Amino acid sequence: MTDETIAVRAAGVGKVFPTKAGEVVALTGVDLEVAAGEFVSLIGPSGCGKSTLLRLIADLDEATSGTLSVFGKTAHQARLDQDYGIAFQQAGLLPWRTVGANIALPLELHGVGKADREARIAELVDLVGLTDFVDRHPDQLSGGMQQRVAIARALAERPRLLLMDEPFGALDEMTREYLQSELARIAAETGAAVVFVTHSIPEAVFLSDRVVVMSPRPGRITDILPVDFGDARVEGLRESPEYFERVTAVREALHGAPVERPNER
Amino acid sequence: MTAALPAWARFVAPAAVGAILLGIWVVLVDVVHLAPRALPSPVAVGEQLVQHWDIILEDMGVTATNALVGLAVGSILAIVLAGLAAAIRPIDGMLAPLVAAIAVVPIVAITPILNTMFGASSQFGRQAVAGIAAFVPVFINVLRGLHQTRPVHRDLLRASAATPWQTFRTLTLPTALPYLMTGLRIASSLAVISALVAEYFGGPSDGIGTAIATAAKSGRAALAFAYVAGGIAIGLVFFLVTSLLERIVTRRSPV
Repeated sequence: MTDETIAVRAAGVGKVFPTKAGEVVALTGVDLEVAAGEFVSLIGPSGCGKSTLLRLIADLDEATSGTLSVFGKTAHQARLDQDYGIAFQQAGLLPWRTVGANIALPLELHGVGKADREARIAELVDLVGLTDFVDRHPDQLSGGMQQRVAIARALAERPRLLLMDEPFGALDEMTREYLQSELARIAAETGAAVVFVTHSIPEAVFLSDRVVVMSPRPGRITDILPVDFGDARVEGLRESPEYFERVTAVREALHGAPVERPNER
Repeated sequence: MTAALPAWARFVAPAAVGAILLGIWVVLVDVVHLAPRALPSPVAVGEQLVQHWDIILEDMGVTATNALVGLAVGSILAIVLAGLAAAIRPIDGMLAPLVAAIAVVPIVAITPILNTMFGASSQFGRQAVAGIAAFVPVFINVLRGLHQTRPVHRDLLRASAATPWQTFRTLTLPTALPYLMTGLRIASSLAVISALVAEYFGGPSDGIGTAIATAAKSGRAALAFAYVAGGIAIGLVFFLVTSLLERIVTRRSPV
């Protein structure tokens, strides 16, 4: 069944925002397929529409043209059926709820019983390594821990698709690399497809099966690069020549020409 | 900037200032006899307080009840109307100028009218005045609080396919709660002041305000001051209780 093997299918998707100064084309002619279980990054400079595309898939905004389906349904139906979990750049935890209650929020909203919620919370805090913090409040956690809670919350309903909008964008480099490895492990363990918005080239290369390169004015896809590291996403990968090769390839695709002196951070 | 005071000093320092001022007062009145005759000695005020404790407490009960009824009714009305205004935009437009009008009503101006309207045997006029005074800060703060939800939280609930009622219960209401408590804290002081001041303009012959006026007019300054102390006690209790509520609710606000 094609429904089950294609997580996201976009054909000719466009988004126009009406503003006082006239219409702004945020996204145009996007064709993209994300297979079930595949990890796809969207990368590009500000204004390239990568976050807009993610919001369209999540049905937080509506596409103005083209068709978009999530597991063979409309994005709207997929949202109502809770086929995806989502994490944003800000963790977006409710400050008056404990870690456990934050993770259980989606379950609570959909009427999952208390015993089942407790069991699921225990699994998830274990998955993101926060078992000792389940009764804490968000203001007692570091930024990286808050983001891990947000990821656990996104996974609460065992979604087959995970949408992530620069979830590590506000974190320091060390925390960031650690959480990237964690995310690679979690994605592999859960088998969920991931659409991951980022503006970090190394991050995109390290995590993804494919990197979608986007460009602004108007926002569109300019290139799709396979990475193909398979399941070998371990720390050593960051040091390997293949890794740097892919980083350079993505950078050249982003800049539209070979780069003379790669300026690695 | 000065360094923060140690914890004990935060309680001891104001108490010491109070004790010093009280000492100066005693010296001025009882030792050097420099004060005007209407200013009694704190000792005399204390004596009156002890002597007339039962009727002072009774009058405190009347004023406090009026303030509490006004605070409760005014606040409930304010919460309901602010909820409607936040949910339905045209109602917001309709209510905004009305609330602005109520906010500038001088309480002393309408008090005699209300007192006459409801007669000399009814506390209703006083309670209404306290209610009007409490309504405004609660309405303004709750309405603001209901508009404070963050975009990331709204996205989250939409992504979780939450119903409008679920969104209200899990996000909008908890976000607005600290604002409600701030409104209540401000309203509580206003309700006490208004209930007390309303007594100066007629109505039944009980309550702290009436008693202060009567004692002062008949030259019993020490008794008047004893009643003032009773009024301060009411105000303090209202303020402390609502401040405590506010503190409990706002504990988890910032992230």
